[in-house]
Amino acid sequence: MSFLDYFRSSRKPSAAIAKERLQIVVAHERARRNAPDYLPLLQQDILAAIRKYVPIDDDCVSLQVDRDGDMEVLELNVTLGEQVRVARN
Amino acid sequence: MAKIVVITSGKGGVGKTTTSAAFATGLAQAGFKTVVIDFDVGLRNLDLVMGCERRVVYDFVNVINGEAKLNQALIKDKRVNGLAVLPASQTRDKDALNKEGVRKVLDELAESFDYIVCDSPAGIEVGAQMAMYFADAAIVVTNPEVSSVRDSDRMLGILASKSRRAENNEDPIEEHLLLTRYSAARVDKGEMLSVDDVLDILNIDLLGVIPESQAVLNASNSGTPVILDEDSDAGQAYHDMVARFLGEEREHRFLTTEKKGLLRRLFGS
Repeated sequence: MSFLDYFRSSRKPSAAIAKERLQIVVAHERARRNAPDYLPLLQQDILAAIRKYVPIDDDCVSLQVDRDGDMEVLELNVTLGEQVRVARN
Repeated sequence: MAKIVVITSGKGGVGKTTTSAAFATGLAQAGFKTVVIDFDVGLRNLDLVMGCERRVVYDFVNVINGEAKLNQALIKDKRVNGLAVLPASQTRDKDALNKEGVRKVLDELAESFDYIVCDSPAGIEVGAQMAMYFADAAIVVTNPEVSSVRDSDRMLGILASKSRRAENNEDPIEEHLLLTRYSAARVDKGEMLSVDDVLDILNIDLLGVIPESQAVLNASNSGTPVILDEDSDAGQAYHDMVARFLGEEREHRFLTTEKKGLLRRLFGS
């Protein structure tokens, strides 16, 4: 990059944007690739169990398996949105 | 024991066939008996890049189906000793390749060759799966560009899970990265992913960087593997890459642009 370019614009070089986007999409795809086969079924079961008590959307439950050395952690995230509060009232 | 090397990428048009031709030729120049197989059934092209398209009589699928002997289908290269090409079939039958048939041909080739180079088709369909299934090593050809890098990562996942080595719980396939069509000038301008960017994402051994070069098109125009163009930058980069594959340590070249003068650095681009 030439000296004058610094004054011309402060836009991020497109290669830097490319790298950022790639890092995100690749990390996401790797996580899905390494996920155990039972994950989608488990997710359905958990959804059904929660729905006995509160109505929630399909995408309110996310499941992920993280590996840290020898340890595997099953991470479960349930978001209860607006509709839940409405339902309670 | 022959070593089976697959040249793969996922994405098309990144330089798999150019690399297969150059790499196989380089191994043969180094004194190893080498055969290069075109796995792109239906879209045969390695014969053109190797310059032997008019000598094709029988092909890979003929051998698998027992319609020809291996020796009848193999085309011996006239320029380099110990180099042979096994061309792909032009059949439109998608199921022409099967694991058992491919295994038989590879076993027979392993008796008389040191290296078996498999030129994989693009994609992740049967042809690509057959090309990588029996591999001992993989060279993942990647352009410094988002879709190519993403597809390479996908391919690395498949190499790690759907190969003979993975299924038999043997040592995994050796993975090497070959970055092709690299433009140091564009990397300097921030317009192209750098070698380090790509390595950060894919995180595998870097076998070589082939610069974007006019020599590559010239070579395929005339049916000469570009590695035989010893004066060209791409030809030399392929020589380095073959030497590294064979265990030699060589510094990476063609990664920087020539130094500009002070005035051009200040005001030019």
